[in-house]
This record gives sequence, structure tokens and C-alpha cells, in this order.
Amino acid sequence: MIALIWKDLLVELRTGETIASLFLLGVLLLLVLSFAFDPTHPLREQSAPGVLWVAIIFAGTTAINRTLLRERENDCFSALLLAPIDRGSIFLAKVTVNFSLLIVAELFLLPLFIFFFNLPFASTLSRVALVLPLTTLGFAAIGTLFSAVALQTRAREIILPLLMLPLATPLFLAAVETTAALMGGAPVSSVAHWFRLTAAFDVIFLVVGWLAFEYAVVE
Amino acid sequence: MTSAKPNTDYIVPASVILSMLVALYFVFIAVPNDSFQGPVQRIFYVHLSMWLPTFVAFGIVGVTSLLFLWKKDLRWDRIATASAELGLLFCTLGLATGCIWAKPIWNTWWTWDPRLTLTLVLWMIYAAYLLLRSLATDPSQGSVLAAILGVSGVVDLYLVNRAVYWWRGIHPAVVVTKEGDSGLTDPMMRITLILCMLAFFLLFLWLLRLRVHTAKLETDIDDLRHDVLAAA
Repeated sequence: MIALIWKDLLVELRTGETIASLFLLGVLLLLVLSFAFDPTHPLREQSAPGVLWVAIIFAGTTAINRTLLRERENDCFSALLLAPIDRGSIFLAKVTVNFSLLIVAELFLLPLFIFFFNLPFASTLSRVALVLPLTTLGFAAIGTLFSAVALQTRAREIILPLLMLPLATPLFLAAVETTAALMGGAPVSSVAHWFRLTAAFDVIFLVVGWLAFEYAVVE
Repeated sequence: MTSAKPNTDYIVPASVILSMLVALYFVFIAVPNDSFQGPVQRIFYVHLSMWLPTFVAFGIVGVTSLLFLWKKDLRWDRIATASAELGLLFCTLGLATGCIWAKPIWNTWWTWDPRLTLTLVLWMIYAAYLLLRSLATDPSQGSVLAAILGVSGVVDLYLVNRAVYWWRGIHPAVVVTKEGDSGLTDPMMRITLILCMLAFFLLFLWLLRLRVHTAKLETDIDDLRHDVLAAA
């Protein structure tokens, strides 16, 4: 499993293609969404969390699609399935890789987001950083599971968000609500219930994914 | 070869037709007008009747999906497909009748009330479920993939429910109202509601049986075609 994670991270390190495209897509979405929600408006702080998360969700969905698609080239996926390794471990390895890539891209994206929306730097960064890891973990788990499902359909780029986003409603509602509350200066304890919801989501989809991945990838 | 239909097959359709007629009589003639809402309120009996089949259907999808992943028996898969289709049908009708009722009473077609939001999310999940089946490159793999989504959908339901309630709890609601408070004070109204729910639930059972039967025939025809092609 460590080898699997290392392999994917090494590919990424050598090419940087996923993180670079993820980051650029995120910036592009921030730009486009700034046209929709006036970023100089005094009320910008209310739309800011939504803009940030929409950018992360859309850019992230595209990136997660890539990680399994890459295995399709040269039929690597068949070799991976033939390897004497539990399918659940492949799932956990892919989740780890997706999680790492998303986090790195988010860390690049976040300063730009603060810059564009003219928000206080240190406080926003420290507060949003609390929300990122748990949400990204859940996103990586459900994304990895359903990208394996989407891989075996026609129109796989379209079907992934269709399958994943309705199920991820609790995750993103929690993310936007916590980000908004924390950026508004609310204490962490006031959003503890959202954190618990996100944690429950992470656990559920790590377990469901770990168990169901085996069925999803049968050739 | 499928076996000949047993005589009991006529009991369900007959009771559906009978209970529908009785329910229609009660909704349009027997039950009194609501004193606040007027005749518009009558759509409520139909509207509320949609939710029992919807939730039963989505529950069946979850259970049969799990059984299918476990036992690999195609029978469970057929029941899951049939239930998902019917659940989506009743869910759509429920949303539509709700909108028609809401326009004159709430003066808006739609509000982001937690219950409405939850229903819309559910609708999206099961619409994607049916789309996934039709888009799968290999039909037998499509059943497995759909089963994974079916199980995930049910597992996720509680979290979606909590999330939308908290989400709307923080913001002021556009219209503060509870559907349960619509005031079914008259005993006649309660009888009408129960009759209506019964009629639509029987209709659901009948449609489910027909749909599962059709799916079985489709599989049989596919098998036969396969045999013929293999022999030729």
C-alpha cells in the first residue's frame, strides 16, 4: 500500500500535472465566480465561503477523475488488480493520494482567494485551515469510490459529479457553514456539530468505499 | 418458460381500482372544504399519499442493493431497479403536487424548507442511480455499480437529513409553517387521507409487481436470444 501511494506521488512529483491543473482550474473558477458575486461589495464575506468551496469542488472533481483514469493508460489498472493486494488497500492508497493532492492545491489556492477577496490574511487562513482537512478527506473518499464507478460507464466525466455531489450534500453544507461561521469570528465550539457531521461522513464513506471498492473495480 | 399467472393476480389490480374510486369520491365529494385554505387543500390528500410509496421504494432499493451485492442474485437487482423507478415517479409527483399546493397557499412554488431540500437531494440521488444503469458499459456491471450507489444513498440519508435541518435552522425561513399543522381536524378528513394513502400504496405495490415481472421477462428474452444465437 505504501508502494502504491509512493508510486502515485512520485508520478505527480515528476510531472506536477494534476496539482498544476487543479490549481489553475481553481483560480479560473475564483475569477469566474467573482464576476457573479461582486468581490468588492461590503457583503463579500458572505459569498466568499461559497465561492471558495464551489471552486474546490469543481476543480477537485476533475482532478479525482484523473487519478484513476491515469491507470487506464497502458492498462495499468489490470496489472494493479492482478497484484497480490487487497482491493480495499488500493482504495485507501488512492484516497491518500487524492487527499494529498487536493490539500496541496488548496494550500496554493487559499492565499489567492484571500488576496482576491481582500480578506484579513492570518485570521482567515488559520480559520479556514481548520475546516480543510476533514472536508477534503471525505471528498477524497467519496470521490475515489465513485470515480471507480464512473470509470466503467460511458460519459464518465459527466456522471462522476452526478453520482457524487448529491451524496456529498452534507459534506459541503457543513464545509460552507463552518467556513462562514469561523470567518465571521464565531468560536469553534459553536460549529462543533458540523465538525461531528463531517467526521461521521468521512468514517462512513471510508468504510463503504473500503468494502465496496472491490465490487466497483471487477474487470 | 414462465409459469402461468395464478388467479390471485387479479386481487391487487381490482383492489387498486376499487380503492382509487372510493378515494376519489371521498376527496372530491365526501370530505368538507378546509375552512382556511378552501378547495385547494384537497390536493393535500393526494400529495401526502405520495410520500409513503416514495420512502418505502427508496428503502427497498437500499435493502435489495445490499442483498444483491451479498448474494449476487439478479432477482434482487430487478426489484431494486423497479423500486428506484417507482420511487422516482412518486417522488416527482409528490414534488409536483406540493408545488401546485404551495403556490396559492404559500404564494411561492418553492421554498428551501429542510423537507423540500431533502426531497430534492433524494430525487437527484435516484435520478443519478437510473442514469448510471443506462450508462454502464456492461449491463451486469451496471447492476453492481448501481447497487453500490443504492447502498450509499441509504447510508447517507441520515446525514443529509441532519445537514439540511441545521442549514435551514441557522437562516430565517421564508415561510414558517409545518405541513402537519394544516389542520385535519374533521374526522372525515382523516378518513379521506387514510383511504387515499391506502389507494396509492396499493397502486405502488401493483406497479412494482408488474415492473418486476416485466424485468424478469426481459431477462428471459435476453437469455433465449443468447441461446438461439449460440445454437445458430
